[in-house]
Amino acid sequence: MVPTQYYLILSAILFGLGAVAFVVKRNIITIFMSIELMLNAVNLAFVAFSQAQGKLDGQVFVLFVIVVAAAEAAVGLGIIILTARNRRSLNIERVDLLKL
Amino acid sequence: MNAVTTFLTQDGGFWVLTLVKIALLLFIVLTVNAYLTWFERKVVALMQSRVGPHRVGPHGLLQPAADGLKFLFKEDVMPGGVDKFVYLLAPFLALTLALASLAVIPFGPNPLPFKFFGHQIDLWITNPDIGLLVLFSVTALGVYGVALAGWASNSKYPLLGGLRSSAQMISYELSMTMSVVGVLLMANSFSLTKIISLQESSKWGLLSWNIFTFHGGCPQIVGFLCFFISAIAETNRVPFDLPEAESELVAGFHTEYSSFKFAMFFIAEYTSMITVSSLCAILFFGGWNSPFPTPWTFTHYIPSLILIPFGLWVIFDGIKYETIFGKLILPGLGTAIAGLGALLLAGIVIAPLHEVNEYIQGPFWLLSKIFFFLFFYVWARGTLPRFRYDQLMNIGWKLLLPVSIANVIITAGFVLFRSAP
Amino acid sequence: MSPALIVFFVLAGLSVIGALSLILQKHPIHSALSLIVVMVSLAGLYLLLGAEFVAAVQIIVYGGAIMVLFVFVIMLLNASAEEHTNFSKLAKFGGLPLALALTGLLAAAMIHNGGAVPNNPTPDALASTTGISMMLFSTFVYPFELTSFLILVAIIGALVLAQREKKT
Repeated sequence: MVPTQYYLILSAILFGLGAVAFVVKRNIITIFMSIELMLNAVNLAFVAFSQAQGKLDGQVFVLFVIVVAAAEAAVGLGIIILTARNRRSLNIERVDLLKL
Repeated sequence: MNAVTTFLTQDGGFWVLTLVKIALLLFIVLTVNAYLTWFERKVVALMQSRVGPHRVGPHGLLQPAADGLKFLFKEDVMPGGVDKFVYLLAPFLALTLALASLAVIPFGPNPLPFKFFGHQIDLWITNPDIGLLVLFSVTALGVYGVALAGWASNSKYPLLGGLRSSAQMISYELSMTMSVVGVLLMANSFSLTKIISLQESSKWGLLSWNIFTFHGGCPQIVGFLCFFISAIAETNRVPFDLPEAESELVAGFHTEYSSFKFAMFFIAEYTSMITVSSLCAILFFGGWNSPFPTPWTFTHYIPSLILIPFGLWVIFDGIKYETIFGKLILPGLGTAIAGLGALLLAGIVIAPLHEVNEYIQGPFWLLSKIFFFLFFYVWARGTLPRFRYDQLMNIGWKLLLPVSIANVIITAGFVLFRSAP
Repeated sequence: MSPALIVFFVLAGLSVIGALSLILQKHPIHSALSLIVVMVSLAGLYLLLGAEFVAAVQIIVYGGAIMVLFVFVIMLLNASAEEHTNFSKLAKFGGLPLALALTGLLAAAMIHNGGAVPNNPTPDALASTTGISMMLFSTFVYPFELTSFLILVAIIGALVLAQREKKT
């Protein structure tokens, strides 16, 4: 039986790595992927708590998080495609002005 | 010796047994794949009024061996400018996922009558409660093999083929999953053995299969048709094989692959054909249940009634065969087949053989249903022209998806109606 | 060292390696593949936690749909390896300790407050799938219907974004 604390530490590590990737990377798509990594870390914490409590609420919430992440990925990637076509680059440092 | 025995009677024995089952299943499936390619070439050729593989071994039966040797010895060309890691990963991923989906397919209802150091030997590798979802997860991940192969080849035809093929696969995945929901509503479980056992009936036989039954739901004819058509599109077979057709895109996403890596894609495609055929048989056609009602015990001798004439025909064909090799091998093969049939028929008088005959009923019916669906796949290949890409996407999104959703709603209505007190 | 603990460490190590590889790889397609590794190992961890339905949904939706979308976009936009940028020295030398501090703070907060959660590992009488479906349609029916609306909005949004510009 693995103690719940181990899962929580892993979740914190993954969240920290996702936050570092969000700040450090320069490619828009990689930054978007780091957001997904952070969402996954949070999902792990939810499921770990759900098992510790013996109730299924955490798992239902994880389903909702997955659905919201899917909707966000769809729209976000659409915006990324349009931005990349307009600026002709995927580097986030080129997208730092409101004007084209 | 004693330490080994204690190890095997406890948990270690379970792992050893599973590894042995996996090795055996892999060996059997790879051989079946090889002879499936022979079967396809022969049947398509006969449908096109030609002969098919004919030279290598009697009736071309050694053709798969020759093809295998060719794949092993061909020069392995890696084009320049490819991303090496992804280029090597793609066929490996496709093959691993295709073979992994065979782990949850049950081949028979009863465990073997002898035990392995106290562990029961079932006729499946694993039987999880979410068996069907495991199959769908593996199918969902299978898109990567194609997409990454197309991208890694660093060339425009594979890239287009890979993009088109993966778009087709994810579109048809939706209707494939939705068309199965009707069966799940009737069975109330994802476990494949439970779905099969709910289609079993001692009185009705054929009519209690999911595709025909009114017991607990409505006949899943529409569901079956949606599932089978979506599955053909999912496995990239004719008539949905535009992304890998030779006259269209050179060879689609596997253009730049040679020798063994191409063979891996090939094996992955045929293995997913086998998986889809077994899913059709399990979900809609009763799995290992015989089409005859249980009181008709004389139908238990149908396997021997098929094997004996077939064996005799092979013997007669072998005696008249042109080459000496065929004159030796074919009668031997025929004798083995007829002998097996005779042994099973002798179960009428000899008691242990009767047990064996009863035991193989389940696997025999499941394997013959799988064989029928594989024949249907090959038949479609020999007969139908292929769809244009926009027609293909139209069918997936505008025809099959609404129809499968309507099937879910109607089945849910029937289930509710029949379970109302 | 029970088998469950060994499996946990293998899967946890795999997910951390995948997350590190997401940061350290230069080409976005390699980062995408590392993220897929993270997701599959997390699905394995969910199975270890007894959440089988969530594990299957994670692989089918996250690994089989969302990441496929990412891979498609990377292939369509023909993304190439990242250019070399000049970080500021502050970011390089101050960033790593701050990231470790963030992780440590999160871990400490979750463990400290997580201890207040009643530790009742005996599972409910219902299996994972049955229990989740009953809760989705009774307690959580309002968020469930709202998520269907959300998906509809996302589909319409993606369609609008993907339209070609009308040449007037």
